[in-house]
Amino acid sequence: MSLYTAETKRLTKRRFTRLFLLGTTLILLAIAAGMFFTNEKVGPSQIASAQAQAQQDFQRATEQYQRDQAACQAPGANPASCEGMYQPTQDDFQAQWYMPPTFDFRENFPDMVTTLAALLALVAFIVGASFVGAEWSSGGMMNLLLWRPQRLQVLGTKLLALLVLFTVLTVVYSAIWTGIFVGIAEARGTTDSMTSGAWQSIALMELRGLALVLVAAAIGFGLASLGRHTAMALGVTIGAVIVFQFGLGTVLSLAKVKFAEAYLIPVWMIAWMDKEIKLEDYNSCNYSSAGGCQPDSLTLTWPMAGGLLAGIFVLIVGASMWAMRSRDIT
Amino acid sequence: MTAVLEIAGLQKTYRSRKGVRRALDGFDMVVEAGQVHGFLGPNGSGKTTTLRTLLGLITPNGGRMAILGREVPAHLSEVAGQVGAIVESPQFFGNFTAQDTLSLLAEAGDVRKERVTAVLELVGLRDRAKDRVKTYSLGMKQRLAVASALLKEPKLLILDEPANGLDPGGIREMRSLMRNLAESGMTVVLSSHILGEIQLICDSVTIISAGRRVAAGSVADVLASHTSSGVKVRLEPGVDMRGAVELLRANGAQVTVEHDHFTVGNAGNPAQITRILAEREIYVSELTPTAADLESVFLQLTGTAPVEGRNRQVDQSAVAAPTGGWGQ
Repeated sequence: MSLYTAETKRLTKRRFTRLFLLGTTLILLAIAAGMFFTNEKVGPSQIASAQAQAQQDFQRATEQYQRDQAACQAPGANPASCEGMYQPTQDDFQAQWYMPPTFDFRENFPDMVTTLAALLALVAFIVGASFVGAEWSSGGMMNLLLWRPQRLQVLGTKLLALLVLFTVLTVVYSAIWTGIFVGIAEARGTTDSMTSGAWQSIALMELRGLALVLVAAAIGFGLASLGRHTAMALGVTIGAVIVFQFGLGTVLSLAKVKFAEAYLIPVWMIAWMDKEIKLEDYNSCNYSSAGGCQPDSLTLTWPMAGGLLAGIFVLIVGASMWAMRSRDIT
Repeated sequence: MTAVLEIAGLQKTYRSRKGVRRALDGFDMVVEAGQVHGFLGPNGSGKTTTLRTLLGLITPNGGRMAILGREVPAHLSEVAGQVGAIVESPQFFGNFTAQDTLSLLAEAGDVRKERVTAVLELVGLRDRAKDRVKTYSLGMKQRLAVASALLKEPKLLILDEPANGLDPGGIREMRSLMRNLAESGMTVVLSSHILGEIQLICDSVTIISAGRRVAAGSVADVLASHTSSGVKVRLEPGVDMRGAVELLRANGAQVTVEHDHFTVGNAGNPAQITRILAEREIYVSELTPTAADLESVFLQLTGTAPVEGRNRQVDQSAVAAPTGGWGQ
């Protein structure tokens, strides 16, 4: 327990941790402020204004259509050019498209949950990598092992301190984030459609966000511990982004591999956070008389994405523990 | 006396693409309780590898080690609380203060918080305890490292180059600190290249070269057993020193001529000198054995004495072969 307390203090005392958390807080506040100022509450006057705008545009389009018709039917003009002309209808100018942006909590907040989870996951990865990487490169790890010559216990306790800290941070940030956006929705949108089922869905999504943050923290920590330097984790990540996102993505699309997006990391993150993602292969055609040509589709679900996250977590943390146990500390 | 530290036949081999390197090749070492023990060796001889292996940071390929009577690394966690150590250059987190650094170590090691203040006072960092470590000089970091090693009131203190970066006053303070600790019953193992310091502080020494022990015992015994067989010879004033030198050289002596005397380097039997010279009626006014110091014994044993015109490489240390004395 004393080792755990010491490691938690060491982690929270680090300027790097504090600066990153301050930066994250400022970014989140900026996003919330942006959402506040770019949305507004919809009332009778906004609806009337949107309806008037839609009607005005419909009138303008109709007049233009009539002028064009007259022009193409005039003597000397080519009447064939009138054939493809489209006559606007009232449906083409619906009032809802002229409504000012408003924050519908049920519809818009899930994107904000994903934003929070992605940002915290990035911070958790970097702080996790730096926490153990700096210990290795500064000689702090060796010092600690002279005091506690139980390598797995020391590394495991460090990881535990990191994961517990980010669990607490994610829970607190999620609660505040939800509260802020409930406020924004009430002031600049609506929470009317929120049912208990919708709240439960939001809570489960935030829980999946927490899992994403913890896996990111553990991967950063594990990679930096394997390489015994913070730069190892950051280097591997940059390498993975270049190889998997740009290199592999380009090669697979050139090779016309079916569902090439399934090899890209963000697709799996979306599948995890949004519960599923449907990929479609537009080069295929499944003809039906009712629906015409339908592309092949592949649905990635959150259990599949969860399995992948768990696999990466076990692989990297396991490898770092194995290396800690068996490699000399020089 | 009981042995606080025992190493027997320790082996460590590093394999790389360049081949196999034996860092420790059957190394032995014994340190008795209450002693200040010097651990000497040239760069790359295996000193730090030995200390790291002893402290569980490196896994040996063979041999056995025991600290305070317990086999390590198997029982290292049982004795770790009684062993304070610094290995190589002390490195600490620059943005933490000395107070924070030691407090975190104390907390991780279940040590009383009062010890932090006590050791900071002991190593002379009390007034700078709340400054960030990155503002410290090398000598101050060294003091902090010693403080961290002393924090748990160890029975065995292992210090690798503790005088590195210390000013002359600091070296003297460190010397008296070591002495005081030994007098309080603590056993101190001290690795250093400042051989004069070792000779002043230590009761016993172990010298390592090329991964093997080349000498061990009390400082006096090591000096006595490896004292050079050289003698300083001074003749009566007015006597032809050049003639005497040529005469001895003709008889196989290795003579080095100084300003007003000469030295016979391989005088296994000094009486031979007086006999040869007396036969030619050359009389000796002074015949004294050349006193060896730890540095010359170290250079002789490790084969690291500088040779004019040759640049010795770090791995070029050797187990020096004993030389036979002239005249024996």
